[in-house]
Amino acid sequence: MSTGTGTAVATPVAKRRPALWLALGWLGLVVLLALTADLLPLPAPDEPVGAPSLAPFAPDGPLLGTDPIGRSVASRLVHGARLSLLVGLSATLIAAVVGTALGLCAAYLRGAAERVIALVTDSLLAFPPLLVLLALAAVVRPGLTTLAVSLGLLFVPAFTRLSKALAVVEMGREYVLAARVLGASGPRMLTRELLPVCLAPVAAYAVVVLATIMVIEGSLSFLGVGIPPPAASWGSMIAGGKDFLFDAPYLIALPCLAIFATVFALNTAGDWFRGLTARGER
Amino acid sequence: MTPAAPTVPATTAAAERPTRRRRHGRLLARLAHLVGVLVLVTLAATALVDLLPGSPAATILGPTATAEAIAELEAETGYDRPLPERYATWLGNALTGDLGSSVQSNRPVLEQILDRVPVTLELTVLALVMALAAAVPAALLAAHREGGPADRAATGLASGLLSVPVFVAGVLLIYAFAVVTGWFPVSGWSPLSDGLVDNLAFAFLPALALAIGEAPGFYRLLRGDLVHTLHQDFVRTAEVRGLPRRYVLLRHALRPSSFSLLTVAAMTFGRLLAGSVVVESLFALPGLGALALQAIPARDLPLIQGIVALVAVVYVVVNMVVDAAYAVLDPRVRAA
Repeated sequence: MSTGTGTAVATPVAKRRPALWLALGWLGLVVLLALTADLLPLPAPDEPVGAPSLAPFAPDGPLLGTDPIGRSVASRLVHGARLSLLVGLSATLIAAVVGTALGLCAAYLRGAAERVIALVTDSLLAFPPLLVLLALAAVVRPGLTTLAVSLGLLFVPAFTRLSKALAVVEMGREYVLAARVLGASGPRMLTRELLPVCLAPVAAYAVVVLATIMVIEGSLSFLGVGIPPPAASWGSMIAGGKDFLFDAPYLIALPCLAIFATVFALNTAGDWFRGLTARGER
Repeated sequence: MTPAAPTVPATTAAAERPTRRRRHGRLLARLAHLVGVLVLVTLAATALVDLLPGSPAATILGPTATAEAIAELEAETGYDRPLPERYATWLGNALTGDLGSSVQSNRPVLEQILDRVPVTLELTVLALVMALAAAVPAALLAAHREGGPADRAATGLASGLLSVPVFVAGVLLIYAFAVVTGWFPVSGWSPLSDGLVDNLAFAFLPALALAIGEAPGFYRLLRGDLVHTLHQDFVRTAEVRGLPRRYVLLRHALRPSSFSLLTVAAMTFGRLLAGSVVVESLFALPGLGALALQAIPARDLPLIQGIVALVAVVYVVVNMVVDAAYAVLDPRVRAA
C-alpha cells in the first residue's frame, strides 16, 4: 500500500524560533508538573474539595475551580497530564523499539523475512486504531498496561516503514559493503552500521507519534473507554464538562487548552527536530 | 491517524523496464499479499474473543445466566470451539454474506451495519468535501507566493488546527454554533429522506469537526507538492511564454501536484468510515461508530467482530483501488 510521496519542504527554522521556545517551555512545564504531581500542594484528584462547578479564580474555591462533582480542576489537570504522558511515552517507546527492529531486519534480511514483516505490518495498518481499542475495551478491562501495549502495537508499522526505508538506502552505501566484506556478523551490522543512521529520524518521528497517541488516549477517555474513572484524564474532563456547556463553559476550557497546547508543542518540536535531522543528512 | 512519515530519498533505482511477464508476476505477488492481509485481519477479529478471561458465553450473558442459556449461546456462536474451526466457519458464512447475529437484539449483524452505513457515509463525504474545499484554494494561494503573508497565515493556521483533537473541535463547535448562537441543533440526526435542509442542519457541525481534523494535512501536502512543481522548468517555460499566473497555477501546476493529495484523500475516506466514532458519539448520530460504541458495554462480540472485520476489509480494498488508480493516473508509477 503506497503512502503519499509528498515532498518534504524545509521550513525555515530561524523564523519559528519563538514558537519553538514556547513549545519546549510548555513541554518542560507539563513534564515537570507530571513528575512532581504528588509533591505539589494539590488536593487528591478523585475526592470532592468544594462546591461543584466553581469557576476558576472564584474567591472561596480552589485556584482553578472545581468540576461537576466538586473535585479540584488543578489537581485533575496535573494528574491527567501524568496519565497521558505515561501512556503516550510507553506506547511510543514500544512502537519505536519494535517497529525499528522489524524495519532494520526487513531491510537487512530481504527475501521471505521482508515479505512476512510487510504482511504483518500491512495487516496492523488495516485496523483503525480507535476501533481496535474500542473492541479491546469490550473484552479486557482497560488499564495502563493494556492501553500502552495495544497503542504501541498499533503504531509499530509506522516505525517499521520509516526505518526500513532509511536502512535500505544505507544498505547500498560503501561503508556498509565494507563492513560486510570485513565479515561483520548480522547483529553487528544491524546495531553498529544500520541502527545509528536511523536513530535521529526515528526519534524525530517519535515526537509526532507521541502527539498522535496522546490524542487517541484523550479520545478514548472522552468516549469513556479509556483508563477507568475516577482516574483523571484530559479527555474525560472534557467529556464530563460537555453537558454543562451552557452554564459552565469554563469546565471544558482548561482541559481543551491543555491538550491543544501539548499536542501543538509536540508537533512544533517534532517538525523542528525533523528539519534538523533532514539537514544533517544533506 | 498515523502521522505522515518523513519522506526518505529513494536510492537511484535502476531504470529497469519491466517486461510483461515480470509485470504479471508482480501483480500476482501483490494480490497474494493482499489476500494474506485480509486473512490476517479477519483472523485477528475472530481471535478477539479469546482475549476474554473464562467462557465468552458466560461473560456475555452476565452472572445471572443459567447453565442452559450459556450452553445454548455457546452452541449458537461456536465460542467453545478452537480458533481455526471458528475462523473457518466465520469465513465460510461471511463469504455468503452472513456475519452472524447480534447477541443483544438477535438481528443479523450485516443488516444492523447496513442500517448505520448511510449516516457515516454521508458524514464522511461531507467532511471530505469540506476539507478539500478549504485546503485546495488555500494551498494554491499559499504556493502562489511562497513565504508571502497568505502563505505564512495559512501555514500557521494549518499547524494550529493540526493540533486540535476532533473531540476538542467538536465540543468547541457545539459551544459556539449551537449553545451560544443557536444556529444549529446541539445533537441528533434527521435522515435524508425527511428533507435535505433538516438533514444538513444536523450533519453540518459534525462534518465540520471532522473536516477541521483533515484539512490541515491536505493543505500541507498539496502546498508542498505545488511549491515543488512550481520550481520546475516547465512552469518557468510557461511563464516565459507569457501565460497568466492563474492559468499556470491551475492548468500546469495543480494536476501534477495533486497525486499524493488524491491518494491521501482516498485513504482518509477509508479511515473516516471507522474514525468518526468520537464525532458520532458527541453529536449523538446513529452511525457505524456509535453502533460499535453501543456494542461494548453489552459485550456484543459478533457485532464488534463484524464491524472491525468489515472496516478493515474496506480499508484494504480502498488502498488497493488507490494503488491501481495511482498507476493509471501517473505513468511513472507503472514503470517503477
